[in-house]
Amino acid sequence: MMEPDVTGYLFPNDVHIMWSLMIVLYPYITGLVAGAFIVSSLYHVFGRHELRPVARLSLVASLAFLLVATLPLLVHLGHPERSLNIIVTPHFSSAMAAFGLVYTVYLLLVTLEIWLVYRKDIILLARRSRGIKRWFFATVALGVYDTSEEALAVDHKTIVILASLGIPAACILHGYVGFMFGSVKANYWWSTPLMPIIFLFSAVTSGVALIMVLYQSLMVLSAKRINAECVQSISRWLWLFVIVTVSMELLEITTLAYERSEEWLVIGPLLSTKLAFSFIGVQMVFGSLIPILLLGIVVLMRPYLTDPLRNTIAFLASLILLIQVFAMRWNVVIGGQI
Amino acid sequence: MNEQSNPEREAQKVSRRIFLKESAQDLCWLVVMGSSVAVLGTLVGDARGENAAGGMETQEAYDPHKHQYVYLIDVTKCIGCGSCVRACERENDVPPAFFRTWVERYMISRTGHVQADSPNGARDGFDPKVTGDEVTKAFFVPKLCNHCTNTPCVQLCPVGASYRSPDGLILVDQKRCIGCSYCVQACPYGSRFIHPQTHTASKCTFCYHRITRGLSPACVQACPVGARRFGDTKKMNDEVCEIIATKQVHVLKPELHTMPNCFYVGLSKEVR
Repeated sequence: MMEPDVTGYLFPNDVHIMWSLMIVLYPYITGLVAGAFIVSSLYHVFGRHELRPVARLSLVASLAFLLVATLPLLVHLGHPERSLNIIVTPHFSSAMAAFGLVYTVYLLLVTLEIWLVYRKDIILLARRSRGIKRWFFATVALGVYDTSEEALAVDHKTIVILASLGIPAACILHGYVGFMFGSVKANYWWSTPLMPIIFLFSAVTSGVALIMVLYQSLMVLSAKRINAECVQSISRWLWLFVIVTVSMELLEITTLAYERSEEWLVIGPLLSTKLAFSFIGVQMVFGSLIPILLLGIVVLMRPYLTDPLRNTIAFLASLILLIQVFAMRWNVVIGGQI
Repeated sequence: MNEQSNPEREAQKVSRRIFLKESAQDLCWLVVMGSSVAVLGTLVGDARGENAAGGMETQEAYDPHKHQYVYLIDVTKCIGCGSCVRACERENDVPPAFFRTWVERYMISRTGHVQADSPNGARDGFDPKVTGDEVTKAFFVPKLCNHCTNTPCVQLCPVGASYRSPDGLILVDQKRCIGCSYCVQACPYGSRFIHPQTHTASKCTFCYHRITRGLSPACVQACPVGARRFGDTKKMNDEVCEIIATKQVHVLKPELHTMPNCFYVGLSKEVR
């Protein structure tokens, strides 16, 4: 076996890690946004009616995280006051420049869809409340007080269109982040055509896991019954997305190890030394293997489980997956710089 | 129950055609408004001189279109004294622990085991190093920004702050850079860094303020053995260009096809 050429040497400027926690957080948050939106689209577009209890929750969760998604970026920038340069005069050869357009379009889309979904409730609340509350809901109602069947039918059609458009929008919102990493040929750990897809599928994993955790927590806190079919369906989708995500991550590493070219000389030692705990330990064994087993039990052994047991297992698996996706972002961003 | 009476509802029904037509009109207005803002912003920027490349064209007689610079490093001549690093630091106020240029030392044993290091970028030269192996080959490799023709750093800049000047240099508009560090990640050679005081991207500029006045970069000036040389492909009988055109030269990481404009004589296979 030939001795490796140079190991462990970093260029002098490379000892400084430029993309730190903020840049780990941003893909994590946009991942939650995209994933939560996919859950609501599974109901609105693909007609998965067992997901009705979480359809609205997913949309609101998606918007909530979207509104804070830019904060880590602004904190990270050397000159946040110039950040509008990206939106007003972007340099279009850069994947990062896609941010302005994609974020704005997606924000408008989600806000509009939420307005339409909640429109009837807004109007009812506007009529029934008094004082500041009435003023608030009357403003949000935007002067439209039509709750007729026809109007609601138009609402529904528009929601379906928006939810359908929102799926590629959500994919691009997170896909461009993956492409940003995948297109940097200077970095062996990042540079792969699979990167946007890995990011996207792990994003959807985190979003679905988030909805599971939120749904169960909210139902328990408000002393309501957890819908068994809903949890079962979410578990099934989550299991599918985790398996695909982990398969692709492992495929990438396996290919690099098999081809034994220069990338592996760098990445092999990286994974076995500096990233040993966070990648093999946290991301793979704890974060992937255990949830796959747990969710497999939920999906395949349904008749043997009582409701509370199933809910607990699914909840645990989702919590672990939320940690796993964070670990994945950490390992990619920080790992690529050490 | 219906809020309004039937005739009013009928009148308010918006046909699909009218909806699409009005949406298209709104969209046109949005585009017009948006592009006016962008154009106005650029005009204001032009008036302020922010968009001028390099900012040196106001100097009389220097025309960047009449030059196309290249750099030549002779690895066989470098003695690892670090004068170039110190000169660059002083000339360009380079902050400590960051480097616009640096020198790497390679020590290779008979079995092919390689040790590479660059203590503090070789600012203070190199201390002798004792190794366990029998070192049969050792050399110093000066490095700096390669001012590539097919550069990834310009391609990846989200605001266009990094650009290629007409005389072949990659420069950074310090007023436009937002400090996102994408270009730092994009550079395969580790030439860039974010300046800790200005919070913008910074790197070797071939001492643009000197070369536009007919001087050579500080590192070239400081090198006592002529390992670093500077040339201009648009100059007649340029020595450096002769060497590049006639002798066997290398570039760093040719497989990435960045087309660097820093050429190396005597580069060995172990250099990353």
